[in-house]
Amino acid sequence: MNALVDILASAGLWAAVLRIATPLILGTLGALLCERSGVLNLGIEGIMTFGAMIGWLAVYNGADLWTGLLVAALAGGVFGFLHAVLTVTLGLSQHVSGLGVTLFASSFSYYVFRLMVPVAGTPPTVEPFQPIAIPGLSDLPFFGPAFFNQTPPTYLAILIAILMAYIILRTPLGLAIRMAGENPHAAEAQGINPMAVRYGAVIAGSALMAVGGAFLTLSAFNSFFPTMVQGRGWICIALVVFASWRPERALLGALLFAFFDGFQLRLQTALNGAVPYQIFLMIPYVLSIAALAVMARRARVPQALMQPYRRGER
Amino acid sequence: MSEAVLEISGVSKRFGTNLANDNISLSLGKGEIVALLGENGAGKTTLMSILFGHYMPDSGHVRVMGQDLPPGKPRAAIRAGIGMVHQHFSLAPNLTVLENVMTGTESLWSVASNTGPGRAKLMAISERFGLKVNPDARLGDLSVGEQQRVEILKALYNDARILVLDEPTAVLTNIEAEKLFSTLKDMARQGLSLIFISHKLDEVMATADRVVVLRGGKLVAERKAAETSKAELAELMVGRAVKRPVREASTPGETVLEAVGVTVRVDDVDRLKAIDFHLRAGEVLGIIGVSGNGQTLLAQLLSGTAKRTSGDLVLFGHGVGDLSVADAVHAGIGRIPEDRNKEGAIGEMAIWENAVLERLSGYSRHGLVDRKSAIDFAGRIISAFDVRGGSPTSRIRLLSGGNMQKLILGRNLIEHPRILVAAQPARGLDEGAVAAVHERILEARRAGCAVLLISEDLEEVMALADRIQAIVGGRLSPPVKAEDVDTRRLGLMMAGEWEQEGVAHAV
Amino acid sequence: MRFERREHRPAALVIATPILAVVAALAVAGLLIALAGAPVLTAYWKILTGAFGSRLSTTETLTRAAPLMLTGLAAAIAFRARLWNIGAEGQFYLGAIAVAATSSHVLAGLPSAVQIPLLFVVGAAAGMVLLLVPLWLRLRFSVDEVVTTLLLNFVAILFVSMLIDGVLKDPTAFGWPQSVGIDSAAKLPKLLARSRLHIGLIIAIGLAFAIHFVQSRTVFGLQSRAAGLNPTGAVFAGVPLARTLVIVAMMSGGLAGLAGAIEVMGVKGYVTTDLSPGYGYSGIVVAMLANLNPLGVVLAALFTAIMFVGADGMSRSLGIPTYIADVTVALSLISMLIAVFFTQYRIRR
Repeated sequence: MNALVDILASAGLWAAVLRIATPLILGTLGALLCERSGVLNLGIEGIMTFGAMIGWLAVYNGADLWTGLLVAALAGGVFGFLHAVLTVTLGLSQHVSGLGVTLFASSFSYYVFRLMVPVAGTPPTVEPFQPIAIPGLSDLPFFGPAFFNQTPPTYLAILIAILMAYIILRTPLGLAIRMAGENPHAAEAQGINPMAVRYGAVIAGSALMAVGGAFLTLSAFNSFFPTMVQGRGWICIALVVFASWRPERALLGALLFAFFDGFQLRLQTALNGAVPYQIFLMIPYVLSIAALAVMARRARVPQALMQPYRRGER
Repeated sequence: MSEAVLEISGVSKRFGTNLANDNISLSLGKGEIVALLGENGAGKTTLMSILFGHYMPDSGHVRVMGQDLPPGKPRAAIRAGIGMVHQHFSLAPNLTVLENVMTGTESLWSVASNTGPGRAKLMAISERFGLKVNPDARLGDLSVGEQQRVEILKALYNDARILVLDEPTAVLTNIEAEKLFSTLKDMARQGLSLIFISHKLDEVMATADRVVVLRGGKLVAERKAAETSKAELAELMVGRAVKRPVREASTPGETVLEAVGVTVRVDDVDRLKAIDFHLRAGEVLGIIGVSGNGQTLLAQLLSGTAKRTSGDLVLFGHGVGDLSVADAVHAGIGRIPEDRNKEGAIGEMAIWENAVLERLSGYSRHGLVDRKSAIDFAGRIISAFDVRGGSPTSRIRLLSGGNMQKLILGRNLIEHPRILVAAQPARGLDEGAVAAVHERILEARRAGCAVLLISEDLEEVMALADRIQAIVGGRLSPPVKAEDVDTRRLGLMMAGEWEQEGVAHAV
Repeated sequence: MRFERREHRPAALVIATPILAVVAALAVAGLLIALAGAPVLTAYWKILTGAFGSRLSTTETLTRAAPLMLTGLAAAIAFRARLWNIGAEGQFYLGAIAVAATSSHVLAGLPSAVQIPLLFVVGAAAGMVLLLVPLWLRLRFSVDEVVTTLLLNFVAILFVSMLIDGVLKDPTAFGWPQSVGIDSAAKLPKLLARSRLHIGLIIAIGLAFAIHFVQSRTVFGLQSRAAGLNPTGAVFAGVPLARTLVIVAMMSGGLAGLAGAIEVMGVKGYVTTDLSPGYGYSGIVVAMLANLNPLGVVLAALFTAIMFVGADGMSRSLGIPTYIADVTVALSLISMLIAVFFTQYRIRR
């Protein structure tokens, strides 16, 4: 019991929660944006992988860290464009197209990485983002080190979440995105081109996913290795359902999820091998499945999700 | 006629080999109501889609208030003051009324939605035309009539001067429809111009100033409503005098199917409430009602795809509990589904597969499909029921609506079922096909089949049914003899007013 | 520009589709090879000789094709009924570990003729169980099975990792995490001496024909196809939707589990966490390339195996990362999707 309390009371846990949450926040927001416009983007796992690789590679080749994030975002947008061509223009199965994008983006990441970085004993590293203490707030006891001493992308992710909630729920653009995902025919009848809206949402959403991936190699860690995304993309897809397609709940969901993850990591250390570590590693995936089971029927699914829109066809 | 606010001149549109609009010209005056009359496939919807910018015309042009309207741009149409009220509402159930109305009315790049002024404008319009709504209600929680109000408000919110309504009464009761038409006339008095698309002669005669008739993509006639008659319009619309068959007198046999206090609950709501009916051999029992009142579930219950919550079904004198599809087919219940594309056919499968899918036990041995006899069966249906446009091995999707319906009728009727459950059997078919379907149903009746006809078409029920019950909000009225009622009385029944009238005529 | 549905699909076009798709994918891959500074045609030639250049490489390609056929069939069967089983990778591992555990701890000592069929059943059953969980979640809670099957892949592999690091750990492997070996009587007979090629290939091809027969000739085949194409229509016609999906899931999960079983019994003899080079995921591509046709799966699996084995050889001599094989296979999935689209639609202006 004492061990539990110690873990919960340590500022380190809470600092780790925000760190673990950052790629999930970005990935979930990206997936959410796509889905709100009516497109399921299962390319996320591969797009995050590619973002992680290309962002790192840019920095490794001399770019600064922010340029690395930007490069990742652009690359993510390109894969988003590919997914949009397949699912919006051609109206193909969003499931299969997304898996195709994931398979392509991840294998292409490994290919490019291997081509550019020769095999070495220890993986090459870059100098990652350093934590920035927010003046004033970071001096608060407990809360300071727990929440206000993070790397810049973490602050950025939270800012984007707030911005996204505002855009989707309070602006005409957000209304257009929602309408494209609820009833594209109605959007068209009101003079909005739902295909253009979907293209925009999928490209922007994919860019966010890639930035989430790049956080892994440019902030959480400092090197790239294959399979490092480890299903985070799929977890984000589950989190979108858990959040009932609302950005503010996506932020909370990602934080909650990261809390469990950070907690289990520390519990694992505290228990010191009494329970196989694989059990702990399973927890995020099992939690995601449980979250889906609880929320799938309650959540208000965008009505036109996964339905291709063809002009004049009903 | 006052000055023209809308002029359509020489519009043509071709889809593949089908000329949907052939050199159509028409004009609309300020404050005028024009009815666009025609059968399914006559080109009404295509013409309106061109007007609204959904389609590009191959030739011809549209002028609004003397200005050329750029083709293929819905936005331009909206800006020119054209508003469209679609038959299938263009609304999002998950969004609020205000959000539905305001979509697309502001620049996409403005930093905040102006919901305050938007709400005020919506309320002002709703006040002016007597179209009451709650702007913050979730659209999906509204009734169909209220949703239509939102659809109209949406057009008015965009400052529409010309309102196009596509089959606006398809989903309304007579009473709601009458109210709608008085609203429309009021709008015309206030200077709006209206086009409404319909194939119902009564409402066209009652509401329009002028009637434009389309047939086969051509404009065939234009009449002042005051100077024409229903009979003339009917013939203009169909192009020849097609007579729908009418039932002849007969004596029904014994009761074959009976429902006693059957209730069906879906998602904790009673969708069918303690319904009673009995159906006799050799008669047609019509169940009339506006869609959305439980007839879908009634059809499913009798087709074996929905389960009772309480009450009894009695089939040939024996209580049967719940019917499964296999039970129903085995017991000789023929089933015509409400939606032939979704329920009645699997588009990508062959005609023969669609013919035998629901009766596979008769066309298989040891789990293996007897392809030869199944194809043979499909072939017999095709020739006996005059199904055109496909062979047993071609995909059923390639059939026209009428021919697909003939195939569905055929697979049920060819083996002489004792009961036929027909849900909206003529919906969306053209006159010729309607007559053919009706003839088949009456033929089955003559052969002693008991027919339960679920329909929202008054004319159809009056022509075919011996007895009629109305379905309203999941309840069934007592039956009345077809001879004893007129359309007005049926209209009242469809609005749920049968208690007051008393059940003196009940049989 | 708009797309218009084709009323009739020329048979020649349907057959040519996968070939065109593969050619397109190879062309793009060629571009990537060229960008890496290697001679493209030489690279293609090296892939071909790497896959078929010698007796060893030929048998290696065929050995690789067997599990791909099974995971490809697993995906094809499921997708046809619109059951999105993306969990073949996890089902593969569960099948493999179940076989290793049962053979070493339960059936050890029994003769091959008894043990091998029993182990097939055990492996298939393990795969089935893993797919029935997401199917239950879908039927009971409406949870999309795509995400749950994907997530379960990670759970399954961690579970296997736990076992081979724990109760099933091989004590003689110098601390290396690998499972105990299967009983020697559980080894699959070889098709060719002095090679790794085993009867798994024959089994996979046999199953492809059997499934083709079931799908095209039986009541169940007709019903499951109807359920996939139009669930509402299938229900109206009396197809028991849930039961059909359960049977489809058992076949699909069973095939993926069986793939894991034959890989352990035919090739490795024990389980590690790198037993599968993504057979489960490649199976999806195989199924799509085959247009979900079971006989097509055999050919598509062969193509995929050629790419993987051939790229190994090519990579060694030209210094192109072996990942080019994964890239090509993924690209062929995308180009196949596009190609299939154009057999169904034509462009109209």
